[in-house]
Amino acid sequence: MENEKKSPLREFAPQLEQTSFAGYAWIVFLLAVIGFGIYAFFQQVFKGHEVTGMRDNVVWGVYIVNFIFFMGISYAGALISGTLHLFKTTWRKPVIRMAEFITVISLLIGPCFILLCIGRLDKLYYLVIFGRIQSPITWDVIAISTDIFGCFIFLYLALLRDLATLRDDDFLRLPSWRKRIYKALALGYTGAPEQQQRLNRATDIMAAMVISIAIIVYSVLAWIFSVTLQPGWHSTIFGPYFVIAAVYSGSAVLIITMWVFRKVYHLEDYITKKHFVAVGVIMLVLAAFFGYFTFSDYLTKWYGSEKNDELLIQLLFKEFYWPFIISNYIGVLLPLIVVGIPKFRTVTNITLTSIVVVIALWLNRYIIVVPTLESPYLPIQDARPEWVNYTATWVEWSLNAAGVAVFCLLFTLASKFVPIVPVTGLMEEAKKEDVLV
Amino acid sequence: MEEQSNLNKKNSRRQFLKKGLLAGAGIAAGGGLVSAYVDTNATESGKKVKVLTTGGEIMEVDRGLLKLPRVSREESHKGLPGRKFVMVIDLGKCKNARKCVEACQKGHHLPKSQEFLKVYLLQDSEKTSPYWFPKPCFHCDNPLCVSVCPVGATYKRSDGIVLIDNERCIGCKFCMTGCPYSTRVFAWKHYHEFDEDKEPYSPEASSPGKEGTVSKCDFCPDLIRVGKVPYCVSACPMGVIYFGDVDEDTVTNGTETYQFSQLIRDRAGYRYLETLGTRPCVYYLPPVDRQFPVDRGFPDLTEEVKSRYKDTPYSRKNKP
Repeated sequence: MENEKKSPLREFAPQLEQTSFAGYAWIVFLLAVIGFGIYAFFQQVFKGHEVTGMRDNVVWGVYIVNFIFFMGISYAGALISGTLHLFKTTWRKPVIRMAEFITVISLLIGPCFILLCIGRLDKLYYLVIFGRIQSPITWDVIAISTDIFGCFIFLYLALLRDLATLRDDDFLRLPSWRKRIYKALALGYTGAPEQQQRLNRATDIMAAMVISIAIIVYSVLAWIFSVTLQPGWHSTIFGPYFVIAAVYSGSAVLIITMWVFRKVYHLEDYITKKHFVAVGVIMLVLAAFFGYFTFSDYLTKWYGSEKNDELLIQLLFKEFYWPFIISNYIGVLLPLIVVGIPKFRTVTNITLTSIVVVIALWLNRYIIVVPTLESPYLPIQDARPEWVNYTATWVEWSLNAAGVAVFCLLFTLASKFVPIVPVTGLMEEAKKEDVLV
Repeated sequence: MEEQSNLNKKNSRRQFLKKGLLAGAGIAAGGGLVSAYVDTNATESGKKVKVLTTGGEIMEVDRGLLKLPRVSREESHKGLPGRKFVMVIDLGKCKNARKCVEACQKGHHLPKSQEFLKVYLLQDSEKTSPYWFPKPCFHCDNPLCVSVCPVGATYKRSDGIVLIDNERCIGCKFCMTGCPYSTRVFAWKHYHEFDEDKEPYSPEASSPGKEGTVSKCDFCPDLIRVGKVPYCVSACPMGVIYFGDVDEDTVTNGTETYQFSQLIRDRAGYRYLETLGTRPCVYYLPPVDRQFPVDRGFPDLTEEVKSRYKDTPYSRKNKP
């Protein structure tokens, strides 16, 4: 009994030691969804891309939407945690680890979706051996691989203290192989002043690095669209617009993650309303920026009303009416109202708003990608409805679901391997407070 | 070197005017074994055509024995020296007979769902007159599709032709979004038509097709090499499509030959969506002095093709 109390790890992260029945059921469920996704993937490989809803006009569908979406939420960690770290924001500690995990996990999933669009996966290595630097796709390959690398280092540096704590902890009943992994990963960190100083410096540098890399990656992603001449895509605002939309969706996913882990791992004492409001205010500011950029983009298209822009806007307000309203009206106004008016600022409200924001931003990417491809310069004259209008098929939806499931699964497994809140940092803070008291 | 190429050009112009495109293309091809052009399994037809031997001599070969050359992938990167191809489409003569589409499909072993050449029913604005608009690849001089390709699978040659090497293509489809003219098609599955072609693949033939790769109109460089005009040009019963060489300043539809610059000047030739800055190599002659009313493009169509045009402003207005 005495021992158990002494282990702060047990208090902060009981899930490291054991998995509940519900936990196992959750993992099995996720594996089932992923399994179905794999089945869908093999359908696509063996029957050809014909099993998707994509055709010669709409050559990219929900795969690329998911690609943008997952790359977007990955900037939650990069930009939010990086900025909070650099500004030494006091409340950041309990939520920063989650933000970093969101980054790394979604960075692993995002690029998989663009691979699903590729007609010949067996020739994928051509991107490396025959890569042309003139192509924005090559820029993307370079930028994303740099980003994955940088974000991994940033996460690892932030984890180092906890890995050392896990290595030194004698109370948790952990299998010896895990102990050995912790020992190897902790790199002999003992918390000596010199080590601390070095670690802090390295983390500062990486925080600044991941912020800039994240901005570059997302701009490059936007340029894949805006370097083309397609109506609706050929826009100078796309770079910054995509960056803002990315951080915005990231902040919303962070709030949802906070809510889930707080609930599941009983972290109510550490992740409080204060944190929800703080991240909520970040989300509010980003919502305002996002709304401004969206308005600016569509206003100029609509006011000048070039023929093809006009056709595109007509299409948006007809066939894409509800996605357009949800993503560009509700998705902007809801956080402004819910977080902006103190009366509405409850943990539940902020979380529900975040869910709406995530859906809105997914739809935002959808109405950026699909309507433009459905309204090219030369009108689509085709007798086959599926070649004129895009509808995602079950294969695409299954892989979409599988992507979300992989995200949840990796998050669940990560939270079982290392504490989801930075235990060591919080312990130090608690000690300081004790001294003060 | 320059002298040589000038000589080639001069020579080629003389030959061109004399014997059509044949000799010019032959000289430009710079030789190659005659055997490469002769199909030993075929039967003689009695008609002779001229091809160029490795030694630079012109030889007569029976047309029935003639096999289109399939140059290697490396060779296909080099344009025919001293040439710059151009196409002129006379919109005043098109009546949507679709022979161009059929010949192209057959020549490139394409399935129904992959058309290198499409015929649109366009109407620029409400009060202006509708017209039939055959659209091949424009083989732009500033091709965005080539710029955006991450692996160099699509390339611009010195003779102006933009080709795709489907051995190199990874199927990312970026070129398809890059092209503002919706020219490129994707093989969404393996079509059985691809199997009809037993010859080895060459980017110049764009055949046999391959699942998961992009393809498009190629200006038929394999035909040009043996002195023929592209499939669509020779198939058109109205002589709508002219093909030729900007440097030689000559275009022909097989029966009539014009001076390119004069034709463009006299008939107010233009390039489609010039404002986009892609600098196409395909010119259009405006739909004036029509030989046929637009309606003539409808009666002979299959139901499937007819229904493609049902959503055009013209068809909506003229509903039976």
